[in-house]
Amino acid sequence: MSDSDIVQEFLVESYENLDRLDRELVGLEKNPHDRDALGSVFRTIHTIKGTCGFLGFNKLEKVAHVGENLLSRLRDGQLTLNPELTTALLGMVDAVRQMLKEIQATGQDGEVDYPELRENLTRLQQDGVSPVKPTKSPAHQKVPSSTRERRITPAHMKAKAKALSSAAALEKRAGKKRRKGVRLQPAKAAISGRLSEPPIEEPPPKPGPVRAGEPVISRTDDVLDAQHTLESRSCDQAAETIRVGVNVLDKLMTLVGELVLARNQLLQISNTVEDASLQAVSQRMNLIATELQEEVMKTRLQPIGNIWSQFPRTVRDVALGCGKEVRIEMEGKETELDKTIIQAIKDPLTHLVRNSVDHGIELPEVRMKAGKERSGRLILRAFHEGGQVNIEISDDGAGLNVDRLRQKAIEKAVITAEQAARMSEREIFNLIFLPGFSTAEKVTNVSGRGVGMDVVKTNVEKIGGTVDLQSTLGQGTTVRVKIPLTLAIIPALVVTSGGDRYAIPQVSLLELVRLEADEVAKVIELVHGAPVYRLRGRLLPLVYLNRELKLAADANPAGATDGAVNIVVLQADERQFGLIVDQINDTEEIVVKPLRKQLKLVRTFAGSSIMGDGKVALILDVLGLAQRASVVTVTHDRALTDKAAESAAAAAEKQTFLLFAGPGDSRMAVPLSTLARLEEFPVRQVEMSGSQWVTQYRGQILPLICLNAVLEERRHKQRALATPPAPDSPPIQVLVLNHEGRSFGLVVERILDIVEDRADVKSAATRPSVLYSVVIGDRVTELLDIPAILRNAEMSATPPGLAARAAGGGN
Amino acid sequence: MSQTSQFCTFYLDKLLFGVELKGVQEVIRSLDMTKVPLAPAVVSGLINLRGQIVTAVDLRRRLELGPRPPGMLAMNVVVRSEDGAVSLLVDEIGDVVEVNEDTFEPPPETLRGSVRTMIVGVHKLKDRLLHVLDTEKACQMTEAAENASTGR
Repeated sequence: MSDSDIVQEFLVESYENLDRLDRELVGLEKNPHDRDALGSVFRTIHTIKGTCGFLGFNKLEKVAHVGENLLSRLRDGQLTLNPELTTALLGMVDAVRQMLKEIQATGQDGEVDYPELRENLTRLQQDGVSPVKPTKSPAHQKVPSSTRERRITPAHMKAKAKALSSAAALEKRAGKKRRKGVRLQPAKAAISGRLSEPPIEEPPPKPGPVRAGEPVISRTDDVLDAQHTLESRSCDQAAETIRVGVNVLDKLMTLVGELVLARNQLLQISNTVEDASLQAVSQRMNLIATELQEEVMKTRLQPIGNIWSQFPRTVRDVALGCGKEVRIEMEGKETELDKTIIQAIKDPLTHLVRNSVDHGIELPEVRMKAGKERSGRLILRAFHEGGQVNIEISDDGAGLNVDRLRQKAIEKAVITAEQAARMSEREIFNLIFLPGFSTAEKVTNVSGRGVGMDVVKTNVEKIGGTVDLQSTLGQGTTVRVKIPLTLAIIPALVVTSGGDRYAIPQVSLLELVRLEADEVAKVIELVHGAPVYRLRGRLLPLVYLNRELKLAADANPAGATDGAVNIVVLQADERQFGLIVDQINDTEEIVVKPLRKQLKLVRTFAGSSIMGDGKVALILDVLGLAQRASVVTVTHDRALTDKAAESAAAAAEKQTFLLFAGPGDSRMAVPLSTLARLEEFPVRQVEMSGSQWVTQYRGQILPLICLNAVLEERRHKQRALATPPAPDSPPIQVLVLNHEGRSFGLVVERILDIVEDRADVKSAATRPSVLYSVVIGDRVTELLDIPAILRNAEMSATPPGLAARAAGGGN
Repeated sequence: MSQTSQFCTFYLDKLLFGVELKGVQEVIRSLDMTKVPLAPAVVSGLINLRGQIVTAVDLRRRLELGPRPPGMLAMNVVVRSEDGAVSLLVDEIGDVVEVNEDTFEPPPETLRGSVRTMIVGVHKLKDRLLHVLDTEKACQMTEAAENASTGR
C-alpha cells in the first residue's frame, strides 16, 4: 500500500536525519554560535514535525514541536546553547527515535507522549527570555525573525531551497494520495491546520503543503530565482544517488557469486578444449565477471564513518556521566567496508570507545596533575592495509599497568605465576580479552563488569578479524582491530588431502614449501614424536591434514604418493605451523557459503564452497585446525597412554641420554633434555634444612635427593638418610635437574657417559621411580621417572619422625 | 473430521516412511557428495544443489536402521527445514499418498530411544504402516545423534 510506503520512506529519512542531529548537536555544544548548524538542526526537526503531522502521528508531532520552538529561539540568538539545553535536546532526539521505532513496529506512535520532556523543553525555552508564552503565540514572535532571515546570506538561501525541495516531496506524496483517490480532504485539512498553528518562522516549507492539491507552477512565481536554481541543483544531486533495498543487493551478490562459479567452470572447460573462439569468449567473460564482482562488492561497501558518526554522542554521554572531558578525533572516515562487516563491528567498536572513555581517559584533575591537557583525546583511525582494514582506537589516558594486570591474572587464576613471569608485556595486555577479566577498579554502568572485552574479541574473530592491544603506562592505550574487507568472496588456496579438496583462506597463508622425496626423511625431524621442520633456522611444527581430519588411515605418512611433501605454512593466532597436504592445486576465488547447523559443531571448517567442477569443497578454519592439532597432541597421547606401542615414527627417533651408575652397579639414565648441569659438591657444603638435605648453589638453595635413598626400599632409605656423608669423603656427584620450573639435585654414585641412542627396545619398569627399562649401548638401562622421584622425595620429607631421626643422625 | 494430508513416501530398510508433501522441495537421484571429516556420522556429506550447498543426512543411520546394502544408490529427498534445505538419503522413493486423519495413531509405548522423538506416529494404511517422520527433528544433530555416530 502506498500509505505504508510513505511511512516507510518517512522512517528511513527520519532515522538518517536523527543521526545527523546527534552529530550536529554535539558539534554545536562546542561552537554554540554556528548559525548554519543551528539552522540545519532546526530544519531537521521541522521536517520531521511537518511530515508526522501530515501522516497523523500526533504525539510525535507534539514532542517535535516543543523541540522546534526551543530551537527556533536558539537560532534567533535569544538563547545560547549550553550543556543543559543540549542534554534536553538530545533527550528529545531520543524520544523521537523511540517513537519512530514504535511506528516501525506497530504503525502507531505509541502511548507515551513524554510530558516531562516537553515541560522541560518549554521551561528551558522560557528561561532568560521575557515572559512571553511562545507556544501560544509563536507567530507573533517569529515573524520579525523570519523577515530578518530573508536578508541573510547564501547559506540560508540554500537552506530554504532544501526546505522547498522537502516541501516538494510532501507535495508529491500528497499527489500520490490523490491519484489513489484516498481521502485527500482530511489530509489537506490537517496540513492547513498545521499551517495556522505552528510558527511561520520558516515560511517556504509552509506554502508547500498548502498547495499540495494545486499545480506547482503557481508557487514558483513568487520564489526568488536564486532559490529556484538552488532547488534544481539539489534535485540533480538527488538523482545521482538512489536508495536500493539491502535485500536487492544481497540477491545481486548471490547471483554474482553464482556467476563467478560458472566462470570458473567455463575457464576449466576452455583450458581443456582447443578452440580459439571459446577461449576468447571465456577470457572476456572472465574479465567481465571479475569487474562485475568488484562493482557489486562496491555497492555493499559503506564508509566506516557511518557507524563512527554516532560515537561523538556516545563519547559525550559517557564522558558527562563520569565527569570527564573528552575530545574525539577521526581519521579515515571514508574507509570503506562491506555492509555485513560494518554491522558486525558496530557493537565491538562502540564497546571499545566506551571503554576508552570510561577507564582509559582520566578525570580532568588527574590529567592536570600528570601534566596533560584537561580534556582527553580519543582518536579513531581507519585505513586499508594488505587487503584488510585496520581500525585503531587510541586514547591518551592512563594506560594499562602491566604489573597490576599480571597480579590480577594470577589472583583470578587465569594464569600461573610461572606463566605470568614468562609472558611478554604484549601477551599480558591481551589477557584483558579473556572472559571474566576486568581491570576496572570499580564497576560502573558502562564497563568493568568483566564482560565485554571477551565479547569484543569473539565478535571480531567471528568475522575473521583480530584484536590487539598496546599500552604505555601513563601515556595511553591503543586497540587495533584488523578485519577483512569482505566475507562473501575470498581468495583461497585449494589443496587435496585424502582425495578431497579443501580450501584454505589466503589471509592465513604465509608460504608453500615442497620437500623432495629424498630429503624428506632428513629434514622432517621429531621433537619427542612431534614432527617439525627447520624453516630458515626456526622449528616449524608440522600438522598432517589427513591425520587431523582422520582421513584414509592407510595413507602414506609422508602425505604424498610420490614421496614428496607439500607444506603449507599457515599463521593462526600469531603462531605458525606447517600443514602437510597431499597436493597443492591452485589459488581460486571462492564464494563462501556458511555451513548448516548440523555441521556447526565441526570447528575445523569455516564454510563450504562450490568448485569449478561443481563439486563442493570445505573451507578450512585455520584457527580451529590449529587448536585441534595442539589440543590432541600426538606426543602426549603416545608417550603417556601407549608406552609399549610407540609409533614407528617415535621409535626411529634418537635421543641423548646421560648414563650413570645406580645402586648395585645397575645402569641408569635420564634424557639429557631434562638435565640442567652436572656438579660436584664437597661434602661439607651439604647442609640440613628441616628434613631436607640442601646445598647452596648459585645463590639459591638447591634441595638434594639421594638416588639410592629413593630407589631402595623404605628401611634402606632410612638408613641412607640417617647416614650423613663423612666430612672427609669424596665430593658428591649431583645432577641438577629442572622439573616444572623447579630445580633440584639428584645425588648419584658415579656419572658414566653421555650417549645418543634410538632406545627402541623397551620393557616395563620393575621398580617405582623408573619409567621403563631400555637397551642403551647394548646394556639394559633404567630410565628414571623424574616426576615420580620428586613425588617420592616430597613424601619422604613429610613424616616428622623420620626427619627427626635423620637430623639426629646428622649430629 | 476427515482432514486429509499428503505425504511423500519412501522406503528405508523395507519400512515405509512419509514426510509431509508441503515440506518437500524436491526429490533427486544420487548426487556427487563431498565427505565432511570429523562430522557426525549421520551427515553423509555436502551436495551441490544448483549452487546451493545442502547437507545430506543419512536417514538409515539417523533412525538406527543399519547400513545401506553395498551397491544401492541412495535417493535424495530434499526437505525445507528451519535452517534451510536438507537432503534426506533414503533407499527408494514411493508414491505420494493421501491419508485421512483418522487412520493416524501415535507410536506405541514400546518404541523407545532417540528414534521415538523422530517418529510422530503411524498411519494405518490398508496393507502396511506409514511411519510419519518429523523432518525438523531428523535434521537436528542432537547429542544423541552425536553419540550414535561414534560407533562409526
